[in-house]
Amino acid sequence: MSKSVVIVGASMGGLRAAEALRNNGFEGQITVIGEEIHAPYNRPPLSKEVLAKEVTHDAVAFKLRTQVEDVIWHLGDPATSVDLETQVVKTNSGKTFEYDGLVIASGLRPRVLNLPNGKLPGRHTVRTLDDAIGLRADLVPGAKVVVAGAGFIGCEVAATARGLGCEVTNVAIDSFPMIRPLGETLAAELQRRHESHGVHFRLGHGIRDLAGTDSFTGVILDDGELLEATVLVEAISSHCNIEWLANTNLDISNGVLTDSALRAITTDGDPVNAVYVVGDLARFANPLFDDEPRRIEHWNIPTETGKRVGAVLSAYLSQADNFAELAALPFTPLPTFWSDQYDMKIQGFGMPGLANRYELVAGELTDELVMAYFRNDILIGVVGIGMTAEVMKYRKQLLST
Amino acid sequence: MITIDVDMDKCQHYGQCVFEAPDIFKLNDNDKLEFVATADDIRRGDVESAVDVCPMQAISIVE
Repeated sequence: MSKSVVIVGASMGGLRAAEALRNNGFEGQITVIGEEIHAPYNRPPLSKEVLAKEVTHDAVAFKLRTQVEDVIWHLGDPATSVDLETQVVKTNSGKTFEYDGLVIASGLRPRVLNLPNGKLPGRHTVRTLDDAIGLRADLVPGAKVVVAGAGFIGCEVAATARGLGCEVTNVAIDSFPMIRPLGETLAAELQRRHESHGVHFRLGHGIRDLAGTDSFTGVILDDGELLEATVLVEAISSHCNIEWLANTNLDISNGVLTDSALRAITTDGDPVNAVYVVGDLARFANPLFDDEPRRIEHWNIPTETGKRVGAVLSAYLSQADNFAELAALPFTPLPTFWSDQYDMKIQGFGMPGLANRYELVAGELTDELVMAYFRNDILIGVVGIGMTAEVMKYRKQLLST
Repeated sequence: MITIDVDMDKCQHYGQCVFEAPDIFKLNDNDKLEFVATADDIRRGDVESAVDVCPMQAISIVE
């Protein structure tokens, strides 16, 4: 009988895994189970274009290639459990799906603030297309917007909202926007640039509650300050969608621990040959940096992990002679990120957040620039604003160290 | 032959495609993307990889 694969998660990672299974010769049935009703779409525009103009699912959807035409998309019905012994996934509606190979690609959802008066309308997150379309309706000129969280998403939303004529205050517990990946020097400069575009910051602060009765009229900070606002965007951090794995023996202490083949690992430390992890949830060691397993929430990781899983899982299912050899190959994707804010094109490679020293290596701090990041004098990351050609020289160096 | 299209309204000239198919995509001296609009069928895999890595999803293969 022909083998079947179930992919839990119908976003970019799930799609790339399905494509890669086909590209590696897997001909059995592929079923993709997704929580959202939408076929896979590209998320980066959600904090930018989708907020700024009428953008439909069509405009952001990934084009489905001919090799995945026969994939079964089971959407709007999330997986709720899996039995690794009998190899059956169960969904919210009670449907069951048997598999020979399972791909875990259920990703993340935004963490939201715990606010006593939090049931008032006007709160938003920006993880899904529907989230972004909902937020767009509230980002009208003159609207008073508080963005909670000063990571890339929060800063992109702040920039987009300013472009739409909103009044924007960013509230974050961090000391500077985007400080964790970028370090203080660049983060402080980016704060200055946001301020020059009219964004206000309340850094080092949390949000205690909302003010208002029927609708909210303001945001109350942890020091008691009241910020007048009618829109709150929460871009603080994420939860892993791993509840459906709770009754398994997989190591789900932070995402799902994997080996270099992206096979899920049990709490006893054994890889499961039939179960693989793709995207934001995969916690793997990357020999480009060290042997510490980490989850990487960058846009290129779903594609890199999906391709890897497609190759290894198809070899497992066809009982290929080279399966063990393939599974043992090192997996060394270069983390890659981009962020568009105002006219700035920020791009980064590697793990600058692990650096203990950084250095401006091209350009000017107040203009286009390249910042190189080092850990114990070894180049570990590079971030550029513009200057693509210069950034690429350091990217090349990262891959060769 | 396959035909390649880049939506220049979407393209932000990040140059990720250049790593996947450097003979088809390149950044010029002004860091702007230039590309060859046709390629042999044998290059489909490389062009698909270029499509995949484009953060703006600006590249397509015209079928």
